[in-house]
Amino acid sequence: MTTTSLAAEAAPSPRADFADSPVIRSRRRIDPTYYWMVVPVLALFAFFITLPALVGVFFSLTNYAGYGDWKFIGLSNYVNIFKDPAVLQSYIFTFVFALTTTVVVNIVALAIALGLNAKIKWRTGIRTVFFIPMVLSALIVSFVFNYLFSNTLPVLAERFGFTPLATSILANENLAWLAIVLVTVWQAAPGATIIYLAGLQSVPAEIYEAADLDGAGSFRQFLNLTLPLILGYLVINVILGFKGFLGTYEIIVGLTGGGPGMATQSVAMRIFSGFTGGDYSYQMANAVIYFLITLLISVIQLRLIQRRGVSL
Amino acid sequence: MASSTLTRPSLPATKAPARSRTSGREGFKINWWLTALMLVASLTVLLPLYFTVAMALKSPDQIGTGTGLAWPTPMNWENFAAAYVATNFPRAFMSTAFVTVFSVLGSLACSSLVAYAIARNWNHRFFRGSFVYLLSAMFIPFPVIILPLIKQTALLGLDNPAGVVFLHVLGGISFNALLYIAFVRSIPVELEESARMDGATTWQVFRKIIFPLLAPMNATVGIFAFLGSWNDFLLPQMMIADPALQTLPVVQMLFQGEFNTNYSLAFASYLMAMAPTLVVYILAQRWVLSGVMRGAVK
Repeated sequence: MTTTSLAAEAAPSPRADFADSPVIRSRRRIDPTYYWMVVPVLALFAFFITLPALVGVFFSLTNYAGYGDWKFIGLSNYVNIFKDPAVLQSYIFTFVFALTTTVVVNIVALAIALGLNAKIKWRTGIRTVFFIPMVLSALIVSFVFNYLFSNTLPVLAERFGFTPLATSILANENLAWLAIVLVTVWQAAPGATIIYLAGLQSVPAEIYEAADLDGAGSFRQFLNLTLPLILGYLVINVILGFKGFLGTYEIIVGLTGGGPGMATQSVAMRIFSGFTGGDYSYQMANAVIYFLITLLISVIQLRLIQRRGVSL
Repeated sequence: MASSTLTRPSLPATKAPARSRTSGREGFKINWWLTALMLVASLTVLLPLYFTVAMALKSPDQIGTGTGLAWPTPMNWENFAAAYVATNFPRAFMSTAFVTVFSVLGSLACSSLVAYAIARNWNHRFFRGSFVYLLSAMFIPFPVIILPLIKQTALLGLDNPAGVVFLHVLGGISFNALLYIAFVRSIPVELEESARMDGATTWQVFRKIIFPLLAPMNATVGIFAFLGSWNDFLLPQMMIADPALQTLPVVQMLFQGEFNTNYSLAFASYLMAMAPTLVVYILAQRWVLSGVMRGAVK
């Protein structure tokens, strides 16, 4: 398709007899209206999205504090970041959190999707309930769970004499991140469930009938039929989910604010702190590194998809 | 990924989600065990919501040192009135509504125009390049641009809800255009040609023929834009300089002060901020789910 049209562009003369046809004409000389549709939006996009990215890279090479004078300091910000244990900790937290959440979200979402796709009573009503978290503000949801974790749960634990939970897990350096995983799963599972439902509905019912005749049980059917057939949807969910969870911000703000100490401070939170913390250029260098890491992950993921030949 | 989504000619799941039994197994009895399991599982969603409502209706005395799970008697409806005043609810509501309405309209208009122009001139280098440029921006995580972006918008006097609208529309354009382009490609060019023969300009063709045909995708993009804008916290919090213009999610930070112990007021306020999306969703759930589902198939 590309080659024929390029030929038509380059050498219109052999087709001159068709020149009056609107199709050919529009192929050869593009209606300026189309440019008017794209160019203003592209210009705004470049100005509001691309320009800040470039400005950020520029300032990462300076000692700009967010105000006042600045001068070039080369790559010192980058060097310092690699020596900063607080930054390293935020990266470890962010990746462990994103990986755990991705796994849990996908297990939960797939289970819900299988349940909703099976022959159950009141399917529409149950489905409505399961998708409610999708429409709620993550921040407000986190505030609600904050109270549940720090007040309700300890009171309940005390009542039943279960001491490990008698103090708020949000105040526990080692457990607080699990609360964040839990709320993130609560919030993100419906989105992943929808993608799995779309996948499950693309699986023809006949193959299950065949499997039933062959005497395959439900679990074997799931493992050998359903899972391979919805693999593409699983890949999409893992990629979208992981990328999203790396940037988690609101739920952490609502639950722990990055604490206790800095135990649950994500990379995104550290970068945002550069706005008020006086280390603007330092956090911009952090942002550039963060960008390179996410880019690397995206490239690896795309490669894996292409190699496996997974497509939707 | 991009090419596989783009070559997809039709949208099979368009009408699937509503009561679809396509892959349920006909002739099998209703699975009551599974139904019971799903009902129990749905409590994980319902319990926090019940808890929010119960808390919002309690007096500070009723909260006391309990779990907060008990239903209050008598119910304290005046919490809502107090929260209404404390958060200046009407002002925050109007600000959120402003951001949401214009983000939705802007997303629909800009994304569909760009997608139409790109899809219909796919053979042209400029338009295909624009597409790649827009898509490549999807790889830039938001934290990377946020600091310079805020300085830039402040310089331009866009540190207000209008600036947030700009960013919501532009931030969503990559994904929305992707959805639209796949859809525009499924619309036969012949439909436009007869109109062009009658002398319609490209604008007219878009407005009178293409945009109405995009209705299902408009619903999908509109729903995502609505939910994203209404619930957004990051951009309004960082961009809007005047606290009086803040949106509903950001206003809830008011109750996070260290000395605030008035939980009933806080929960009444949370409920009021969550209610609009919740009500819209419950009333239009079939429509919302089919719209979101259409986005998921991409």
